Amino acid sequence: MEIVFYIAATVAIASTVMMLTRLNAVHALLYLIVSLLAVAIIFYTLGAPFAAALEVITYAGAIMVLFVFVVMLLNLGKAATRMESALLRPAMWVGPSILAAILVGQMMYLFAHGMGSGYETSLIGPAEVGVSLFGPYMLGVELASMLLLGGLVGAYHLGWRRPQGVATARGAR
Amino acid sequence: MIQESFVVAGILFALGLAGVLVRRDVVFVLMSIEVMLNAAGLAFIAAGARWHQADGQVVFFFILAMAAAEVSVGLALVLALYHQNKSLDTDVASRMKG
Repeated sequence: MEIVFYIAATVAIASTVMMLTRLNAVHALLYLIVSLLAVAIIFYTLGAPFAAALEVITYAGAIMVLFVFVVMLLNLGKAATRMESALLRPAMWVGPSILAAILVGQMMYLFAHGMGSGYETSLIGPAEVGVSLFGPYMLGVELASMLLLGGLVGAYHLGWRRPQGVATARGAR
Repeated sequence: MIQESFVVAGILFALGLAGVLVRRDVVFVLMSIEVMLNAAGLAFIAAGARWHQADGQVVFFFILAMAAAEVSVGLALVLALYHQNKSLDTDVASRMKG
């Protein structure tokens, strides 16, 4: 089972290096998502399936979707459709696909050997994490929710554009 | 294997730091910061596995919440910077006055 860890670590480092050396942001995002999925497999082999699920759902799912939105928002216009067909050339997604296929193979291997056998160290399940999270770390959870509210308000404030009509009305007065 | 995962966390953190220092595109800088946060989370999970405690995963949860808040504000700043300068270069942002 240790071989799963080493392959996942190699995939994580290789895809991070590929991410840093890409010139285009979309290609870099593909490799970054593969890197996060590889780290999720490392979490699983370390006996933290809850953290692995959170990594896939929140990091690779939600945060990367935000990045994709912004990158696509920044190149709107006439050239965008031409650029998009250039972005999704087969040569560009074949590298991330190979790395992701390695990770899928590892996941199949872990499932084929039974759900509980993939852990190299002792398993720390979601129940223990939840008891700890809502027991001694209750204040931290509240602070995290306040931080997320602050992030929401800050993003709303920064993204807000003054409507044109309001600006001219104030100028006329 | 826990020692090796600390090595992996260190390598990933160094790669993210190199990305922040080398790349000039703001989106790349934000992505490198994500890599660094992820490496820190990996180190916490490995430490939690080493001492068989759930605290490592709890701190990873906090890192996740912090990364989500940071990314939302950071990407809003990227959009504001792009609307103001029509460029994503970090060197252009150093010409700001006021």
